[in-house]
Amino acid sequence: MSNAVMESKPSVPDEIPTFTATLIIRRFDPDVDTEPRWQDFDVELHGTDRVLDALHKIKWEQDGSLTFRRSCAHGVCGSDAMRINGRNRLACKTLIKDLDISQPIYVEAIKGLPLEKDLVVDMEPFFDSFKSVNPFLMAGGLPKDGKERKQSPVERARFDDTTKCILCAACTSSCPVFWTDGQYFGPAAIVNAHRFIFDSRDENAQVRLDILNDKEGVWRCRTTFNCTDACPRGIQVTQAIAEVKQAILRGKP
Amino acid sequence: MSLIEAPRSPAIQRRKKRGINWEKWGWIYMRASGVVLIVLIFGHLFVNLVAGEGVNAIDFAFVAGKLADPFWVVWDTLLLWLALIHGANGIRTIINDYANQPVVRRILLGAVAVSTAVLLILGTLVIYTFDPCPAGSPADLLPSFCPVP
Repeated sequence: MSNAVMESKPSVPDEIPTFTATLIIRRFDPDVDTEPRWQDFDVELHGTDRVLDALHKIKWEQDGSLTFRRSCAHGVCGSDAMRINGRNRLACKTLIKDLDISQPIYVEAIKGLPLEKDLVVDMEPFFDSFKSVNPFLMAGGLPKDGKERKQSPVERARFDDTTKCILCAACTSSCPVFWTDGQYFGPAAIVNAHRFIFDSRDENAQVRLDILNDKEGVWRCRTTFNCTDACPRGIQVTQAIAEVKQAILRGKP
Repeated sequence: MSLIEAPRSPAIQRRKKRGINWEKWGWIYMRASGVVLIVLIFGHLFVNLVAGEGVNAIDFAFVAGKLADPFWVVWDTLLLWLALIHGANGIRTIINDYANQPVVRRILLGAVAVSTAVLLILGTLVIYTFDPCPAGSPADLLPSFCPVP
C-alpha cells in the first residue's frame, strides 16, 4: 500500500520583490480648493503593477478622497485616460516598470476638458463633438436581398483601424488645437467619422464630409501627431484625419 | 418593416456655410505654395550664395543685374507673393488658435492683413520699377557700371 507522499516540499516562492515609487498627483476638490494643487504619495509596488494599481493603493490605503474614473481596468472601456508624465495614457495599460521610477511619476487629469475633481473631467464637450459627426450607420431602404448588407473583407479592411476607438479622449485631449480652442471637433470625432465615411454600407458619407469641411473641421489639424502618440489602441489617428481631408478634396470617400 | 430613425440630431447645430470655403482653400494653398517655395527658395539661395563667386559676388551691381533679367523678375515676384501669403496665412491660423477675445483677434488679423498688403505692394513696386541708373542723377551718386552721359 502506497500513499502518495510528497517527495519534497513545494518550493515556497521567495517574497516578491517590491519597490517604492513616488506619485505626484494633481488634486482638485471643488468644495475646498480654488486652484488645483500637487500632492505626492509614496507607494509600495510590484513589478507587475500598473499606474492604476498605484492609484488604487493610494485610494484604498492612504487617501480615500482621491477621485478617478475606471471601469474595466483592462484597456477596453476607456474610462481612465489621464496625463502620466506629461503624456496621455490609460492608467490601466501603463506599467510602472516602464516608467523611470528614480523620478516621481506625475499624474494629472487630461487637458482641454473642464476639470471636475482630481482626475475626473467633464466629458460632455468631447461627446458633443462625437455626436455631431453622426457616428452611426446611415443606410436608407432595405438591403438588396432584404436580409443583410454584405461587405467584402477588403471593404471591411478599409476602415478597420478606426473601428478600434474606445472613446477614451486621450487623443482629443492631447491635441494642442483642442486645448486652445473649444470649437475644434478633435481627433476622436474625426476618427469616428472616418469609420463610417469609408464604410461601404454607409450611404451618407457626404453629410459627414460636409460637417468636417467646416471652419472647425479637419482643416484645423496641424499634423502634430500628438493624437497618434496618445492613442492606447494604436490607431493611426493623424493618418485617418489626412484620409478624411483627401476625401473632402476628392468630394467622395 | 420600418427603419429606425437616426437616434439623435447633431448636438451642436453648425451654421450653414456659404460662399467660398476659405479654410479649405487656405489649407490647399499652404501645401501647393510650400512645394513651389522649396524650389524657389533653394534656387534663390544657390544662385545668390553658392554659384559663381558665391556670397562675395553680392553687391548693388549683382542685384541690379538680377533685376534686369526678366527671368529673375518673375522668380522674385513669385517668391515674394507665395512666401508672404504663405507666412501671413500661417500667422492667421495661429491667431485663430490663440486669440480668444473677438476684439483682439480682429485687431491682430487686421494688422497681419494690412502689413502683408503693404509689403506685397512695396516689394512688387521695387521689382518692377527698380532702375539702378535713374536719369538725371548726379554722376557721383551713380554706381560705376552706369553709362556715363
